[in-house]
Amino acid sequence: MTQTAAPAPTPAHGAAVADRRRGPGRRRVGILLGLVVAVAVTAAASVAFGSNHVQFLRVFEALLHPGDDEATTIVQGVRIPRTILGIVVGACLGVAGAVMQGQTRNPLADPGLFGVSAGAGLAVVIGVFVFGVADTGLDVWLALAGALVASVAVFSITAAGSGTASPVPLALAGAAVSALLDAFTSFIVLADKDALNAYRLWVVGSLSGRDAGVISSVVPFALAGLVLAFLNSRALDNLGLGSDMARSLGQNVLVARITGLASITLLTAAATAAAGPVGFVGLVVPHLARAIVGGSHRYLIPASMLIGIALVLGADVVGRLIGGSGEVQVGIVLAVLGGPFFVAVARRRSLVAL
Amino acid sequence: MSTSPVAVRGPDRNPRAGVVVGPIGLAWRPRLIAVTVVALAAALVLLVVSIGVGSVALTPVDVVRALTGGGTDLQRLIVLQLRLPRALTGALVGLVLGIAGALTQTFTRNPLATPDVIGVTSGASAGAVAAIVLGGGTYSVSTLLLGGGIPVAATLGALIAAALVYGLGWRGGVESYRLILVGIGVGSVLTAITSYLLVRAQISEAQQATVWLVGSLSGASWPSLWPLLAVASVAVPLSIATSTALGLSQLGDETAVGVGLSIQRHRLTVIALAVVLTAAAVAAAGPVGFVAFVVPQVALRVAATSRPPIVLSGLVGTALVLAADLAGRTVFPGEVPVGLVTTVVGAPYLIWLLVRHRKELVS
Repeated sequence: MTQTAAPAPTPAHGAAVADRRRGPGRRRVGILLGLVVAVAVTAAASVAFGSNHVQFLRVFEALLHPGDDEATTIVQGVRIPRTILGIVVGACLGVAGAVMQGQTRNPLADPGLFGVSAGAGLAVVIGVFVFGVADTGLDVWLALAGALVASVAVFSITAAGSGTASPVPLALAGAAVSALLDAFTSFIVLADKDALNAYRLWVVGSLSGRDAGVISSVVPFALAGLVLAFLNSRALDNLGLGSDMARSLGQNVLVARITGLASITLLTAAATAAAGPVGFVGLVVPHLARAIVGGSHRYLIPASMLIGIALVLGADVVGRLIGGSGEVQVGIVLAVLGGPFFVAVARRRSLVAL
Repeated sequence: MSTSPVAVRGPDRNPRAGVVVGPIGLAWRPRLIAVTVVALAAALVLLVVSIGVGSVALTPVDVVRALTGGGTDLQRLIVLQLRLPRALTGALVGLVLGIAGALTQTFTRNPLATPDVIGVTSGASAGAVAAIVLGGGTYSVSTLLLGGGIPVAATLGALIAAALVYGLGWRGGVESYRLILVGIGVGSVLTAITSYLLVRAQISEAQQATVWLVGSLSGASWPSLWPLLAVASVAVPLSIATSTALGLSQLGDETAVGVGLSIQRHRLTVIALAVVLTAAAVAAAGPVGFVAFVVPQVALRVAATSRPPIVLSGLVGTALVLAADLAGRTVFPGEVPVGLVTTVVGAPYLIWLLVRHRKELVS
């Protein structure tokens, strides 16, 4: 637990002590401001670069004086919604990862663990199979519903087994439910070519081809999840000491667990519904955030949010530029960058066993 | 997961006289032997029934007669050329996956570890999907490279991925937990590559790749069976021979070294065997889900041993895969690939384990 606000210097402490105590808090606020700048830069890059080449000056023109030329259509109609979507997805996954790792006290916990992606995927496939068409406006609601149902199933199994939503059986139940749902997905996908076509595009995780309706559908869930995560931050610091210690500090552990799990579920469901299962953001981002702002969740959560946004937008821009005629989906770019990072983390430290 | 649920059942209370054959020492366990004999009988019955069921139904007597050289020409054609390769492939895939799962779970002392965590399956999948998608003529150079076909590409992918995981996991020796983590990292990169190939593929190639990725016996034939049979005939006896060393490694690293086990060489042997067995099975039938995970746990419980018994795991695996293939062919109107059936059976079993035996898994 570290001091956040700079305390007023008192005669008893003296200037030097006050400065030292003020230091870390200020430094971390400075870091957060630096991250805001990083987000702004990646957002600008996301608006400026793309597979359709638009000159910088034309981008500015299209932003300031929208006309009915091609540049305006690309910038206002495609790139700005896509950038906003990237911001929502990055914020959700970064924060979900930080809460997940805080709740499970496991540096390897990934938000996908609760069966969210498998549930959303099955719902999308069923949608295509039943209604015959892939429609992003409908998919987003199906994916949300599937994600929520799957995670509730995982929690119920865990609760039936152990009485509390403790982390280790949760991970196992998540793995089992995911495998079962994936099997049903495969079953449909093998029988229906259209479902396969929709599924293979959905499952890699992409920001392209989503319209403004998708954003407005998921934003309420994302906001609710973010609010719960910020409310959970003090409790996460206490839970980090272990459930028993947290309880003796006056923490209501059950409420803290439920808040955290609800937050993770809402955030992951929102992100997965919007962009498909984008991996590795939730896993990698909290590690980066912890390295620069430390373990206190009051800083860790905002920092994870900002780093998540910057990472998703950055990876999306990279994917647009390296793909040549097509583009490489953001989920693939992130997995290819995140995998080696994960291996490096696993090699360097002796990690807590799951 | 951090502790050793495999060993929770405790040591045998009254050690009996054992049988020693060369380097292999076996304790005299009547229950294990009885269960093993029953599993062998069940596997043989399923094999015969599996050969008999199809568009032309044959009675078990017909099947046995055809197998031993009798019966009509038509019956011998159906049994020996059409159905036996598929049934034997299923039997061997179950056998080697069961054994590979038992080896991995014992060596990591973790009931959730399967050969997949060493990157074998994701590597094989990336290789096979690359062969299907890139070999289809889209890229001319790779057609040449991947001309060996899906099994070769899958085997190469599996072995390269496993070597990568082992190499990256090495820091003055390998340690099972670090190996699992490195496996997760390498596996997700390979999975991303597989997904990318699927997105870029023609829809017909994507369909073909999806069928392969689920795990199916429908492509089994004599040529695809021989490599699996060759690998199994060498690696299965070797796996059974590691049994004593595996037992010692259960005592913990220090004790195992203290009683004379070369722990790193033992690990390399066990990992190599698990990788080779899994790669052979995946090359023949694709990644059949959940067998390597579920089977050792079932074998452990029915035999009431302290760790998954290797021979029994193999036989239970054979029975499971043959039964799953039989169900996939008969219960539904179309043909459901065997990998889906094993997952649909295996995942609820894991959930049941979680609800009923949580203490063993959490401990």
